[in-house]
Amino acid sequence: MGLDPVQKGVLTLDNAATLDHAAAHGHAHEQSFWRTYIFSLDHKVIGIQYAVTGMLFLLFGFTLMLMMRWQLAYPLGSPIPLIGGLLSEQNAPGGIMLPEFYNQLGAMHGTIMVFLGVVPLAVGGFGNFVVPLQIGAPDMAFPKLNMASYWVYFLGGVTMFASFFVPGGAANSGWTSYAPLSVIATTGQTMWLFGMVFLITSSLLGSINFIVTIVQLRAKGLTFMRLPFFVHAQLVTSFLLLLAFPPLEAAGVLQLMDRLAGTSFFMPSGLVVSGEILVRSGGGSPLLWQHLFWFLAHPEVYVLILPAMGIVAEVLANNTRKPLWGYRVMVLSVIFLGFMSFIVWAHHMFLTGMGTTISAFFQTTTMIISIPSVIILSALFLSLYGGSIRFNTPMLFATAFLPMFGIGGLTGLPLGLAPSDIALHDTYYVIGHFHYVVAPGTIFALFAGVYYWFPKATGRVMNETLGKIHFWGSMVFMNVIFMPMFVQGLVGINRRLWDGGVQYAHAAPWQGLNVMQLYGAAALFLFQIPFIINFFMSIRSGKPVSDNPWDATTLEWSAPSPPPHGNFTTVPTVYRGPYEYSVPGASKDFSPQTEPDTGGGAPEPAPAHAH
Amino acid sequence: MDIPYVVEARPDTGLNNAKLGIWLFLASEVMLFGALFSSYVLLRVAAPEWPHGYEILHVPVATFNTAVLITSSITMVMAFASLKMKDFAQYKKFIGATVLLGFVFLGVKGYEYGDKFLHHEYPSESTFLAIYFTLTGLHMLHVIGGMIVNGYFWGPGSKLWHTAPEQFTNRIEVSGLYWHFVDLVWIFLFPVLYLL
Repeated sequence: MGLDPVQKGVLTLDNAATLDHAAAHGHAHEQSFWRTYIFSLDHKVIGIQYAVTGMLFLLFGFTLMLMMRWQLAYPLGSPIPLIGGLLSEQNAPGGIMLPEFYNQLGAMHGTIMVFLGVVPLAVGGFGNFVVPLQIGAPDMAFPKLNMASYWVYFLGGVTMFASFFVPGGAANSGWTSYAPLSVIATTGQTMWLFGMVFLITSSLLGSINFIVTIVQLRAKGLTFMRLPFFVHAQLVTSFLLLLAFPPLEAAGVLQLMDRLAGTSFFMPSGLVVSGEILVRSGGGSPLLWQHLFWFLAHPEVYVLILPAMGIVAEVLANNTRKPLWGYRVMVLSVIFLGFMSFIVWAHHMFLTGMGTTISAFFQTTTMIISIPSVIILSALFLSLYGGSIRFNTPMLFATAFLPMFGIGGLTGLPLGLAPSDIALHDTYYVIGHFHYVVAPGTIFALFAGVYYWFPKATGRVMNETLGKIHFWGSMVFMNVIFMPMFVQGLVGINRRLWDGGVQYAHAAPWQGLNVMQLYGAAALFLFQIPFIINFFMSIRSGKPVSDNPWDATTLEWSAPSPPPHGNFTTVPTVYRGPYEYSVPGASKDFSPQTEPDTGGGAPEPAPAHAH
Repeated sequence: MDIPYVVEARPDTGLNNAKLGIWLFLASEVMLFGALFSSYVLLRVAAPEWPHGYEILHVPVATFNTAVLITSSITMVMAFASLKMKDFAQYKKFIGATVLLGFVFLGVKGYEYGDKFLHHEYPSESTFLAIYFTLTGLHMLHVIGGMIVNGYFWGPGSKLWHTAPEQFTNRIEVSGLYWHFVDLVWIFLFPVLYLL
């Protein structure tokens, strides 16, 4: 590359060559290998980098959980098979897990799944790959920030991963890192905090980029109410990331000060640790950490779920061959949900005894926020009604999302009310609740997205048979793992216990469930293998398909598969809404957004695309 | 296809990409410092006793520093205005002055820190000192960040003026918005920490 694009005065995409661009020419002219595949500025390559890294972290986080499930199933000291011998003597002598190691796995499973797995895949992966295509943009607004966002995320991932190898191992105070425990924890916690600072910086860069892209780079005629629901979901998600993450960054800085400079932001006076009074200036507030943490972490729940709902909306409309039911209401609901998510955080803190007035406030807001969620889910359900549904793999995952997320959402209601939450909060019930939301909920939607947009990224479709094996296996065993948690929780088995509560009389009769969950988890792992094979096999030898294999209406399908750099061969103009399926009188059952209205209606005037 | 609205504003939003981007970034910065100020309030309200800032910190020195930072905001605006009037030589002077004033601010802050350390007043001594060092330290990092950006636009980055003057002017505007924000944070920090 000759001149720096910045110095040319305009940002051209010549320095953002894509995978296929290089492939089509047989060599990357003016582009080094590094610029094309590693430090790429192209949103599609960055999206794929994000998605693949995110999926690898999901797999890694899953293996951590498998080890934990073994420990819970056989709490009385049974060596972990296969990988037990690889673990160090400090963690698992003779392959038998120590409590300290269990705590590390618990904290890191949560951290990895949320911050390194699901969010990067949902926002970094799908957001990056799909959003610019769906709005008819040549790329993201700030390609260099986009690249920086991925690499800072990667650095955060490396930091988190490396923390397993420092003295004392990884962070072991839970993914919530509650003070004062986290302040006196081993070095791994410092690594965790630095890792979080990287991840927060990455999502900050990403979210600014998404908002600017969606606001500024929409194609001609693409008004806000013509945006696909997925784009709306990503826009709201970006605002949540932009505004909710900085308080956690602030909290992280304060905790770093507590750990490294000996301050007492989160350390109360007169704290006794292991029988000795801690010498500290004191006067800090452990509750402050919880407030700052949940100020992020509740909106984070919606960061996990909104892109998933967006994906489901796309796949559902496409495969029912009819418009989304109540698109306008869904859009308003998702915006309202975004606002509300900032004032519900303390429903995670009813157990702290923060007072009934505050509790009453947060119970009320929590009940209110359930309304837009229920509206969106109901609209998606109603969209099925009267459709001629095609049950391909993406649709199977998207359909399964609805009842699975429904279970997760409805079991959350008792947790939003202090009286029932106080009884259930520290039990497996909570684990069951949020895993239904995120695992068979969000992750199923993400799988739907992978199968759905794979042809756009590669020009080939994934294998349907392997896809269906993957779906049915995952569907069954997800429920085998998570459904018993409601039982365990309701009988009062505490979460975060290294031995699964086996020393308690009320828990002992239910120990068999842990064994069942272990084999369920192992089977779930096995059923991911068809997906992994399918994914890599289909890149090279999947069935080649046209640019619009699903007969879809949104803009990304009017671009070539895979899209070249700059995405579109001609600048797209939008004439209609996103889900015009089975329009009466139309010659085919889908009317792409780029298709001018033949009914004589003039296209809505829109700001000119400056070219 | 080139990325649109890099230089010119999109008609319906009235903004170019970078300007919307910096405003969003500043919104997130408001949340960052907002969380820290909230923490300050919470810790102070919960504390049985809290020292007055003027008993511990050196108010005249900080007043001088406030003046320095406000002056640097003025020179920043003048730098932008010079570019608008196509006076590149004057721009160089003003942006240089902005960076220099940044150094003065850091020098004075360094003197204050050094004085505290000399008297063994560290962040670990009390919650007041902890929040003082954390807030001003984080603010200082922001000042340094702004100085690096402005230093770049004073030096190698200013070459862009000769090829794309409009884009360069936009950049100074965006950088200026950030610099004013950093200034504004100090305007809040000064009374909260030194006077109350």
